Amino acid sequence: MDLMILAQAAQETTTNTNLANGLVYGLAAIGPGIGIGYLVGHAVEAMARQPEAASLVSTNMFLGIAFTEALALLGFVLAFII
Amino acid sequence: MTSLLATEATDTGFQLPEISHLFEFPAWADGGLFGDGSLLAFNRTAMLYLLAALLTIGLAMAAFRNPKVVPGKLQAGMEAAVDFVKNGIIGAIIGPEGMRYLPLLFSLFLFIFVNNLFEVIPGINFPTTSRMALPAFLSLTIYFLFIFVGVKAQGVKYFWNAVSVPGVPKAMLILIVPIEFVSTFMLRPFTLAVRLFANMMAGHILLTVVFLASNYSLIDFHSLYEGGVPEIAAHGWIQFALGIPIFIGAVALVGFEILVGSLQAYIFTMLAAVYISGSLSPEH
Repeated sequence: MDLMILAQAAQETTTNTNLANGLVYGLAAIGPGIGIGYLVGHAVEAMARQPEAASLVSTNMFLGIAFTEALALLGFVLAFII
Repeated sequence: MTSLLATEATDTGFQLPEISHLFEFPAWADGGLFGDGSLLAFNRTAMLYLLAALLTIGLAMAAFRNPKVVPGKLQAGMEAAVDFVKNGIIGAIIGPEGMRYLPLLFSLFLFIFVNNLFEVIPGINFPTTSRMALPAFLSLTIYFLFIFVGVKAQGVKYFWNAVSVPGVPKAMLILIVPIEFVSTFMLRPFTLAVRLFANMMAGHILLTVVFLASNYSLIDFHSLYEGGVPEIAAHGWIQFALGIPIFIGAVALVGFEILVGSLQAYIFTMLAAVYISGSLSPEH
């Protein structure tokens, strides 16, 4: 009887862990998602207004994406570690 | 490590392998210096690292050993790559004084690109940058390099310049210095490595999942059908029809992963250039 309860508890823990994995990544992706959208949107606007500055803008845009994306990737790695 | 998705308990359902099966390979030998359990254990990943290094050296040697005035196809392609690193990365970020880092940054770019491309080369299908060893090593190299460059260019004052921001009130420095210290000297190497590692790991898992799913829907389904499993005999055509768009998407994702691999090589090299450029002159 006790064993049955233990087994059930173990199964529940596994389910909760899987749920937590998904939630960690999903929550971590919200902020960077908004950030990258905002960043690329404004970069495109800048390139449209001043096409001759496009190469400078796109270099800085990739730089900004790399910094913003790091947060989402930390969440992705954390989801596997948990 | 937990399994990737909640897998079906039945024998006939679609099953994903454990995630460790995708990334961990056993050592080739049982014992000895390069065998199982040793620190120098030699497995498929180690072999691919060596192959990537040889490919990088070989490509550069073949292209530039006997440079012609009228370049051949290989030389023209490699010259375009050098030109890209020279003007697109160093020229745009460091400026003319950064040209002495061109050999380092170009070989870094080419090496990471070759390693990322292993993800989609048939027969290899394993991005070696998705094991943490390689990104961690490369990012530590860059970490010690930019500290060395900073100390060489600015002396011991470099450490103060790196953690403080000029022109802010003195009281704010109490807040700024710890934040800048953590972000420059602790988070930089970590995020540099994790960015490359996590992107390639995610790509490898993604490709594995879509190709296993299309294999299951389009090919395995026939063997189950002929085995006479009643539920599949009734609903098999739905599964087959669902498998076609999955397969088309999987082929498109291969192209997407080539894009991601080259973009990550570019971003890693560019961030290395940004860190070196930050060390060369204090922020203004």
